[in-house]
Amino acid sequence: MALRTESFVLNIGPQHPSTHGVFRMRATLDGEVIVDLEPVFGYLHRGIEKLAEERTYTGVIPLTDRLDYLASMSNNLAYVLAVEKLAGIKVPERAEYLRVIMAELQRIASHLIAVGAFLNDCGAFMTPILYMIREREKILDLFDMVSGQRLTYNYMRVGGVSQDVPDEFLPALDKFVKEMPGWIDEYDQLLAENEILLARSKGVGILSKELAINVSASGPVLRASGVKWDIRKADPYSIYGRFEFEIPTGMVGDCYDRYWVRVQEMRQSLRIIKQAMGQIPSGAVRSEVPHIIRPPVGEAYSHIEAPKGELGFYLVSDNSIAPYRCHIRAPSLLNLTALRDMIIGWKVADAIIIFGSIDICMGEIDR
Amino acid sequence: MTIPLSGWEVAKQIAKRFPDAVSEAYGYFVLVKSESLFEVAQYLKSSPEFDFDYLTNITAVDYYDYFEAIYQLTSLKHNHSLVLKTRCYGRDNPTLPSIVRLWRGADFQEREIHDLMGTTFKGHPNLKPIVLWQGFKGHPLRKDYL
Repeated sequence: MALRTESFVLNIGPQHPSTHGVFRMRATLDGEVIVDLEPVFGYLHRGIEKLAEERTYTGVIPLTDRLDYLASMSNNLAYVLAVEKLAGIKVPERAEYLRVIMAELQRIASHLIAVGAFLNDCGAFMTPILYMIREREKILDLFDMVSGQRLTYNYMRVGGVSQDVPDEFLPALDKFVKEMPGWIDEYDQLLAENEILLARSKGVGILSKELAINVSASGPVLRASGVKWDIRKADPYSIYGRFEFEIPTGMVGDCYDRYWVRVQEMRQSLRIIKQAMGQIPSGAVRSEVPHIIRPPVGEAYSHIEAPKGELGFYLVSDNSIAPYRCHIRAPSLLNLTALRDMIIGWKVADAIIIFGSIDICMGEIDR
Repeated sequence: MTIPLSGWEVAKQIAKRFPDAVSEAYGYFVLVKSESLFEVAQYLKSSPEFDFDYLTNITAVDYYDYFEAIYQLTSLKHNHSLVLKTRCYGRDNPTLPSIVRLWRGADFQEREIHDLMGTTFKGHPNLKPIVLWQGFKGHPLRKDYL
């Protein structure tokens, strides 16, 4: 006689250490295998797009800090670029270099947390992430020097940056850039050929190239699936056209590739910072822009390669002091679209890893 | 550099196949009628000349008289982009066609616009609240919502 079985619904989250914020996965299980999955979110929705409509163009910058709070500098940059495009504002050279340095440092900081949290999910509880937090701390110290903040920097301004870096910043950055490659080598020694990591992540949660493009995935998730698409190269913004760097891409699109792409991107970011430090000119860091900006009637979309993917701002101006509409294209939200396809057929323990390998930030998904 | 295609040029190509679809083209924008949005999007995606395989972003703007939906399309192969727009009228039940069948990346974004702007996407397989809770009254991103 055949045994009658029933599927079982399991809620993972919203309060769960492996969901990286208030996120819920409603999984339907057949035994231990996931047969259906629905991502549920919105617990952190603050209506930032609506709040932006009530503030001046400059007043929106602190709100962008609170999107992806692990990459505030990148959010600042994406927003100010959109306003500058809308209002036709030029940025001094030194400010462009400072922006690139900050954005690349931020990428390293965000990827450190991404990789560390991913290993946490794999079961290497707390040891690897503490190594990575050690290095992230040094980046936070650098950001503290320039902005006085450790998480929500509010450093970029329309037309430049809020203030020049202090004298001790560039020597400290130089020290960091010299030391960091050694630390990345250390991670590689510990992890890249670690048998447990390989067994848990190789071939797990494969996202095919076609599906990755169709679901609008971006950033390391898209590149791990073998698509050589990086906005810094494909549509260079700011002064990225001046730097030499490579776009690491994965072969298979599994969890290991996503991990590997992030580690390689840290190396490339260091390369960019080194070049920027060599070329940085002296001079003003902010052009003459009034506090109250009234861009002409029109629309502008500006996008950057944020640590988690393509971060874009779509601004509509009606020639008033506040944006008529401010839409945020959040990479974390769109990278989640394929979560169901990646997880179906895998066990609960694998689902945690697959989810961790996407690297999401709830502040950005719910907005 | 991603080359933004001229709205005029693309509109001419679209008009060859769908004579009544385009209502306006200016700058980098092509404004199409909402009833032909799906066909036009399908054409832009499948024709080798445009090959818009990547849907960058969808958003909607409330202009009181109408809602304007904005679709940003990118071709990873040709590295060019286009902004496709459409409008829907009325505030009680404005309806747009869903393009989830073409680009699955539209799934969450259409649900979000449905929540916040109150436009229904016809043909969406799972149009339920995503950022608001079940039974939330009103649509926060509308200009008359306070």
